[in-house]
Amino acid sequence: MKGRTAFQKLAAVPHIVWTVMFIVAPMLFVLYFALTDADGRFSFANITSLSQYTNVFILSIAFALIATVICLLIGYPLAYYMAQQKGRTQKLLMVLLMLPMWCNLLIRTYALMTLLDNGGLLNSLLDSLGLGKITIVGTDFGVILGMIYDFLPYMVLPIFTAMTKLDKQYIEAAHDLGCSHLQTMTRVVIPLTLSGVVSGVTMVFVPSISTFYISQKLGAGKIDLVGDTIERLFQNPSTYNVGAVISLVMMILIIISVQVMNRFTDDEKRVMP
Amino acid sequence: MKILSKFYIGIIFLLLYLPILVLIVFSFNEAGSLAHFSGFSLTWYKELFHDEEALSALRNSLFLAVFSSLIATVIGTFGALGLHRMKNRYLKQPILTATNIPMMNPDIVTGVSMMLLFVALASLLGSKSFFGFGTMLVAHTTFNIPYVLLSVMPRFKQLDPSLSEAAQDLGCTPARAFFKVELPQIVPGIISGLMMSFTLSLDDFVISHFVSSPNFQTLPLYIYNQTAHNVKFSMYALSALIVALILVILLIVNFAGSFGQRKKGEVKK
Repeated sequence: MKGRTAFQKLAAVPHIVWTVMFIVAPMLFVLYFALTDADGRFSFANITSLSQYTNVFILSIAFALIATVICLLIGYPLAYYMAQQKGRTQKLLMVLLMLPMWCNLLIRTYALMTLLDNGGLLNSLLDSLGLGKITIVGTDFGVILGMIYDFLPYMVLPIFTAMTKLDKQYIEAAHDLGCSHLQTMTRVVIPLTLSGVVSGVTMVFVPSISTFYISQKLGAGKIDLVGDTIERLFQNPSTYNVGAVISLVMMILIIISVQVMNRFTDDEKRVMP
Repeated sequence: MKILSKFYIGIIFLLLYLPILVLIVFSFNEAGSLAHFSGFSLTWYKELFHDEEALSALRNSLFLAVFSSLIATVIGTFGALGLHRMKNRYLKQPILTATNIPMMNPDIVTGVSMMLLFVALASLLGSKSFFGFGTMLVAHTTFNIPYVLLSVMPRFKQLDPSLSEAAQDLGCTPARAFFKVELPQIVPGIISGLMMSFTLSLDDFVISHFVSSPNFQTLPLYIYNQTAHNVKFSMYALSALIVALILVILLIVNFAGSFGQRKKGEVKK
């Protein structure tokens, strides 16, 4: 038995070493850079400079929240209807839902941008119909639309999975016991698929709040979100420290919101550990 | 109600696919315009296949995905074994939490943190910078490991410990018992971890963006650089090819199984 335990103890060693070196240590370096100046001296200057970025944070949180809520409003009924489809149709719909998720985000964002752009297909169609052009790329609406378009499947899939696990007899029982359609939804279906909603919300909110490609392309560089700010600050070694502070704040913000979200579901169905 | 639900599904999927369909159609556009389709042509595909930079980016992507997913799978599988057997909760829980940090964090934070590690290491060692294949491999392996652990750990939990004990009673060494008895039962988890790592690595842009150098470009980084300023039609062709490839793979994976079942069913009849 001695050899057995030795082998098992050693089995996790590479993993532990890797985790400490490449997950824990980088996080400590973020903290270190956040608390020092460009010369490596201890400093609170970065933290006090955060106040300049308050608006960027507020804008990012607002955009991500709006995109998440709209994704939920569109995605929940979609997942519900998809779960009602039978066998093959349902499987095909699932493949169609997953295809964009497997497709690189850059490609999808780029495709959407060129469709909506001033010289794009949408505007040339509107123009030829005599309706005039609409500007979407470069506006707040464009960026939020990009987030919704890119991340909607991430909202639908976990809710859909929760829906398919839901025992259809519960719904019949609710109807038999005199629930209306609305009551069945609010008292049976929604509470039982809440874990899917929590996963979906997290999977839309986190990439939305941290994106920079969507705001670069659909915001045409005019809209500055937290992601853009971090990306820009890390182009230049002299601003690494401020970038580290902003990354740290965003990380803390996300950890708090995920913890709050997890309160809505019981421990068994946690989204993230 | 039924019609309404089908209509709703139809509309949403149409909107979801419209940009991708337009992209595919216009990748065959002769004129190189986004607004008017002037005629069918394979010009952009020809340009793509003669683009040495794109081809080398593709090779780099595949190379990186193969190596990072293999390393992550080996480390993650043994890690799952060790963690599964670990008795000390005060050691195990922090390790599991730390492992999951890259899954919880937005990619940009993971990318930035790894970049700072490499920057700090380079300045400690006095070398200028070592961004390139090595840093990319480390970063990709790191974000792949949690996914391997996620798909392998449950397999270990399902194992019956008495099977391994029986093998050892019958004369297997512990290592041999692992390879002969336990490994075959966890192989499906390992394979799904490997495949997930491979696709995540191929797909990753954000983390790579922070730890790469211009001498080692992957396909997503190449697309990013090409689309930074103006529209490039060979990128339309490339994207169309990628979408088509993913569609074929997804259809095979999801429907091959059910075709097989139907055949079996027919034989039974």
